[in-house]
Amino acid sequence: MIEFFFFLFAAMAVLSAIFMVTQVNPVASVLYLVVTFFSLSGLFVILDAHFIAAVQIIVYAGAIMVLFLFVIMLLNLGSTQPSDLRRGLGRVLAGSVAVALVAIFARLLMAGGDVEGLGGSSALDPLLESSGAVAAVAEPLFTRYLVAFEITSILLVVAIVGAVVLARRRAP
Amino acid sequence: MSEGYLVDLALVLSAVLFAIGVGGVLLRRNAIIVFMCVELMLNAVNLSFVAFSRVHGIDGQIVVFFVISVAAAESAVGLALILAIFRHYESVDLELFRRLRW
Amino acid sequence: MSEAYDPILPGLILGLPLLGAALNGIGAFAWRENKTVPTIVGPLAVLGAFVVCLLNFAAMRAAAPHDPSLVPLWTWMRSGQLEIGVTLLLDQLSVLMTLIVTGVGGIIHVYSVGYMREDPGYSRYFSYLNLFIFFMLLLVLGANYPLMFVGWEGVGLCSYLLIGFWYENREFSDAGKKAFIVNRIGDLGFLIAMFLLFGVFGTLDMPTIFDRAPTTLLAGGVMVTAITLFLFLGCVGKSAQIPLFVWLPDAMAGPTPVSALIHAATMVTAGVYLVARSGVLFALAPFTQAIVASVGVGTALFAASIAVQQYDIKKVLAYSTISQLGYMFVAVGVGAYTAGIFHLMTHAFFKALLFLGAGAVIHAMHHAWDESGDHGDPNDMRNYGGLRLRMPITAATMWIGTLAISGVFPFAGFFSKDEIIWEAGIRGYAVLWGTALIVALLTAGYMTRLMVMTFHGTNRSFAKVGGDEAGANRSGESARGRLHEVPPVMWVPLAILAVLSAVGGWVQIPEVLPLPHVDLLHSWLEPVFAPALEVASGAAAGGAHGEGIAHEAPLGGGETFWAVMGTDLAILTIIVVFWRLSRRRYLPAAESSEPRGAASLLYHKWYVDELYDRLIVRPLLALWRGCWRIVDDRLIDGTVNGLGGVARVVGWTGSQLQTGRVSTYLLVFMIGALIILGSLAF
Repeated sequence: MIEFFFFLFAAMAVLSAIFMVTQVNPVASVLYLVVTFFSLSGLFVILDAHFIAAVQIIVYAGAIMVLFLFVIMLLNLGSTQPSDLRRGLGRVLAGSVAVALVAIFARLLMAGGDVEGLGGSSALDPLLESSGAVAAVAEPLFTRYLVAFEITSILLVVAIVGAVVLARRRAP
Repeated sequence: MSEGYLVDLALVLSAVLFAIGVGGVLLRRNAIIVFMCVELMLNAVNLSFVAFSRVHGIDGQIVVFFVISVAAAESAVGLALILAIFRHYESVDLELFRRLRW
Repeated sequence: MSEAYDPILPGLILGLPLLGAALNGIGAFAWRENKTVPTIVGPLAVLGAFVVCLLNFAAMRAAAPHDPSLVPLWTWMRSGQLEIGVTLLLDQLSVLMTLIVTGVGGIIHVYSVGYMREDPGYSRYFSYLNLFIFFMLLLVLGANYPLMFVGWEGVGLCSYLLIGFWYENREFSDAGKKAFIVNRIGDLGFLIAMFLLFGVFGTLDMPTIFDRAPTTLLAGGVMVTAITLFLFLGCVGKSAQIPLFVWLPDAMAGPTPVSALIHAATMVTAGVYLVARSGVLFALAPFTQAIVASVGVGTALFAASIAVQQYDIKKVLAYSTISQLGYMFVAVGVGAYTAGIFHLMTHAFFKALLFLGAGAVIHAMHHAWDESGDHGDPNDMRNYGGLRLRMPITAATMWIGTLAISGVFPFAGFFSKDEIIWEAGIRGYAVLWGTALIVALLTAGYMTRLMVMTFHGTNRSFAKVGGDEAGANRSGESARGRLHEVPPVMWVPLAILAVLSAVGGWVQIPEVLPLPHVDLLHSWLEPVFAPALEVASGAAAGGAHGEGIAHEAPLGGGETFWAVMGTDLAILTIIVVFWRLSRRRYLPAAESSEPRGAASLLYHKWYVDELYDRLIVRPLLALWRGCWRIVDDRLIDGTVNGLGGVARVVGWTGSQLQTGRVSTYLLVFMIGALIILGSLAF
């Protein structure tokens, strides 16, 4: 049953990623990417990362992709645009780099062999059972990773200020 | 059926998505779509982290949490940059950005 | 036996002139207009040093003959084996030299008060002059070669400063540079000699070297010959001998008292002093001695021949100085060191006198012209004539100087010159002896010519004034009234020097003359030159050099005969020249034409300056121009520019990688990442 959903989400993710890359219309690309993110979110659930799955949908699919959509529409980059896909050598190069990357990853995965400790159940199972999906993430986040967490908040503030400054219209 | 091999499959999937992202970055000339491909690559890495966290513990998910935060910040700044560039060139075609030298 | 000699305040001998130089130097900036301070400080510093020298001289006379007194002041530098101290050497020779330097120097300082009174650089002048005295004393008193070299270079420096004293005049400052550069050639020889000495002895202390030289160095060997030849090169530069004499005539660009002090009485004698001081070394090198004597006699003849046809009064005296220095080198070259020092001393007296007298004439001419509004070259003897009526004291004193330099009995020059000629004769150097005699006659000739043109005949100074004959006479007469004797501050030094020139030779009267035998100088200097004479006689006994001492001149005749003969010939020459020239009518410089024939050759100083210009200066200039055009412009600049060009090409090539296209950067970045990942995988 789980395998079915896994393969379903996996297939959706790959296919919509390919469409995202190949669609000429940016709006369509954004929508395909959203589909990919939803599929990944489903995979996260299957892989016992329930909280991350929720954040994926809320932040990525919800906030970030809407931002992309906003910008595309603001700049009026609709379907009237000519195709921006490269041709000839550029296309060949892009394809071969991607294929080479897959080959390298395949080699690395095979060299690594089977992942250890896969005796049926997840290593996270006891933790999830004792404290639940959210608390399992929250507990280390606010203890061991507290400094990184706080710095992330500063980063976000800086990013907001930076975005405002950059996108501001210059006074003539 | 053992769930363990799902981790292996997730890693394979992650590699494929990452490669698609790289291919997209090189293939497209539209800056926004290139940017989206970078987001796809980030997500492929996130998938690897989540898969590994099933084996090694919860820390992988924490990293993913941070990656998502940073990606949010990055897309805000990146899109602002694209906006500023668009105002200058009236286009988002990467081939027009030729002043990034010396 | 009286007690040992103890130096009295030796530091003051050097300290007073240095202090004076410092005070006047400050004065040149601080109270430029104030002429009282330099007037007091300048001469007093030197006269104070003279008094200290006199005290030392008296103490040394009272004491028994002794080893040289060394006065170590402090250690100057120490490095490994090399240790050089600031040590003063006081022995009979150096004390005598300090007496000459400070005595004649002091007189000239007093004279300068009058001569330079109206010069705006008055304080600066006395600062240089005091500094010069300091360096000269350091040269004389230094107990090791490097310290002596400091003085050596110092007097060169002061000479440069004083020759170019009126530096606003391009010609004068060029003369200063010429003196400095020509001296530098000689100084190089001195330096090399010092290196060789240190290599052989491991020390540069003179007493040590002279002690060990007879045993360390092979007599007549290559090493000692090389050392002495290089030392002599230094002397040739400093004492203006062939071929480096060219700077001295040009050095007359300085104020006349400077010419008297530096270029006649003191600095130029440094070379003679050095040879005499290093007598032991020179005695070991007969070949060098022969060179020294030959150069000396050659210079004496050459310079005297030039002096015969010069019209510039200071040039005549300059060539005369070179000629007389040649005599001194003949003396030290044949090993008659005492005779050389004797002539050095008497020459200091009468040449200072002659220069100061010439200065007085120039001073008077300058003033008369300034007042009358007429102008001409105040140095040119053709513009003089008949001045004895206007300047009787100067004329009288200068006649004494002329008689002294011509070697007329009983003036100073007679005794010293006679001794040199005699010493050259009895040592078997017939050519030296004969040439020296001829030069003595030439000297009498050109000096008489100078005196006649300056002080006798009719005055030619104001011939140009007015139109017709009567007008010329009238205005000339009124202008001539302005020509008058110099003030006492200038003629008193002349008188003192005249007395010294007259009696200065009486310290050494040979016993062969029908006079009371006086032997002050020989016995005084005997301890200093004994080692050198010992070495020389040892060499002579060994048959290495010379035929020993004869007791008659090459043409026969004893010392008495030739002494009388010499003075008779000189007097005869003076009378003949006087008689011939006082009848001749000279034209003022502006109306004269250039001499022709042989006279022209002499007038142009045998074209030596032109020869050097062609042979040395121009090839060097061409070489340097070549270096500039080829080495500097092409090679060095080319290398630098070439390197720049290479960098530019490399940079341009590299910059082509930076296309400025984001997609290229992305592709390259991806390929780089692939390579890194691939290296992990495979």
